[in-house]
Amino acid sequence: MTPLVNPITLFFASILTSNILLANFLGMCSFISISKDMKSANGLGLAVTVVLTITSAINWLILEYVLIPMDLLYLRFIIFIIVIAAIVQILEMIIDRVSSALYMALGIFLPLITVNCAILGVSLFLEIRNYSFLQSVIYGLGSGLGWWLAIMALAAIRKKVEKAPVPAGLKGPGITFIIIGFMAMAFIGFSGMLSVQ
Amino acid sequence: MNPVIFTAPLAIAVIGAVLAALISITDKIVNNYGDLTIDINSGKRKLEIKGGSPLLSTLAESGIFVPSACGGKGSCGACKVKVLSDIGPHLPTEPPYLTKEEMAENVRLSCQIKVKQDLEIEIPDALFNIRRFTGVVERIKDLTHDIKEVYIKLENPAEINFTAGQYGQLEIPPYEKIKGSTQRAYSMSSPPSDKDHVEFLIRLVPGGIVTTYVHQYMKEGEKIAMVGPFGDFAEQDTQSPMICVAGGSGMAPFKSILYDMDEKGPFERDVWYFFGARTKKDLFYLEEMQALEAKQERFHFIPALSEPLDEDEWKGEIGLITDVLDKYLKEIVPDADPKEGYLCGSPGMIDACVNVMTANDIGEGDIFYDKFA
Repeated sequence: MTPLVNPITLFFASILTSNILLANFLGMCSFISISKDMKSANGLGLAVTVVLTITSAINWLILEYVLIPMDLLYLRFIIFIIVIAAIVQILEMIIDRVSSALYMALGIFLPLITVNCAILGVSLFLEIRNYSFLQSVIYGLGSGLGWWLAIMALAAIRKKVEKAPVPAGLKGPGITFIIIGFMAMAFIGFSGMLSVQ
Repeated sequence: MNPVIFTAPLAIAVIGAVLAALISITDKIVNNYGDLTIDINSGKRKLEIKGGSPLLSTLAESGIFVPSACGGKGSCGACKVKVLSDIGPHLPTEPPYLTKEEMAENVRLSCQIKVKQDLEIEIPDALFNIRRFTGVVERIKDLTHDIKEVYIKLENPAEINFTAGQYGQLEIPPYEKIKGSTQRAYSMSSPPSDKDHVEFLIRLVPGGIVTTYVHQYMKEGEKIAMVGPFGDFAEQDTQSPMICVAGGSGMAPFKSILYDMDEKGPFERDVWYFFGARTKKDLFYLEEMQALEAKQERFHFIPALSEPLDEDEWKGEIGLITDVLDKYLKEIVPDADPKEGYLCGSPGMIDACVNVMTANDIGEGDIFYDKFA
């Protein structure tokens, strides 16, 4: 049974109260490594959003029309990963053609989206939560925007913290983890207001 | 039998195939840049080409060979080209091989940048002279236990024009686990007057792709290709004494230069040629060089062994080539200012010899070398 959740509720819930990064803690590697400056954080956020939306749509179709009818659900990990890798590959070619500036800014991080856990995570949530096609796309888009919002917020805070008198032992990743902890508390604090299922 | 054995691989195969097809279709559409033109040296040559490939290979297809010792892998930095059109900032793979000035002038590694638009570029005029030659291996001779002399008869084009001291990129076919042809740079050891041949001296480098091929697979009579000539290592047009230092297969450019000078008549300048080896079995062309020394009054050949064996019965100089060079520059070579240094050998030998030469008042601008790593 598909969950009876209002699409608009689902959209905002996936951005805010069930933020894929701060509520589920998926996609942490690039979240920490690319949040040093806002420009590349912005580019990566955009790329993650586009890939998430497209892959959740395609993976839902494959799940519904191939894996479930053929009783091959256990293949979902490997097939989802193949789909994600191919989409990233295609996206990389298109970005290279359309905007060299964005291509240069994303650099090595674009291929690394392939192994961003947030993207595989969203595709797996579709299956666990029995979303419909529309719900899947909305959840994919919302999660992408949520990821984008979170990395931009973290990049902005880190910019400020650069000038703050952080104790020597906490500089760099240390203080970043503490910041992420506070951000997560702020987001999770409202989790009762909106639900994703 | 359980049908899952078939359905599971089938599902993965079909999905994989569909995605692969999608990628190739996108590649065809997105990477199709259509017909473009490349303008070289403000109108000197105009190329009509198809976009989408690296500049280096695009130029090579049109018969313009930019030097590339690594074959376009971005690891030698030789394929520099000045790009006048705006093609965006340097890629992360480029700066390690470029100086600050080159960065500012938008010098690029042509193997790294893709041709996506009409381009205006600048290359040295000499590159127009560079061709791909095919020929036949006429003779392979063992000079020492690890150096072979390879003599190639050129067929198409049948003649080469080069200046003594330049190098060519020998191209070998795929063999064993090496897929695709491989190119490596070697100095020509034949004199330029021998227009329908080129000769290379090739020392076996353990694990070397081309040297292993030459030493273990190459046969007389086999077809081979080379691209060239490259490089600006040559006798300078002055009267200053030449101090030449070489080791191992570094003999090659000096053999070419010395024979070239010999053909032009009596030497008009003093030439001191120091050749370093470990033991007597690493020495070669001893008779040839001594014959030249007897013929040319102003030519002095000084072979030196660093670790002569007892059975070598060596009566010549003993010691590292740098020590012998230092001793000669201080005590034997007559004072003249300026002197010119010419070096060919391993990077370590070259660096050490440059230090000895500058310490003996040879200006850094008067020392010339090709470094072959």
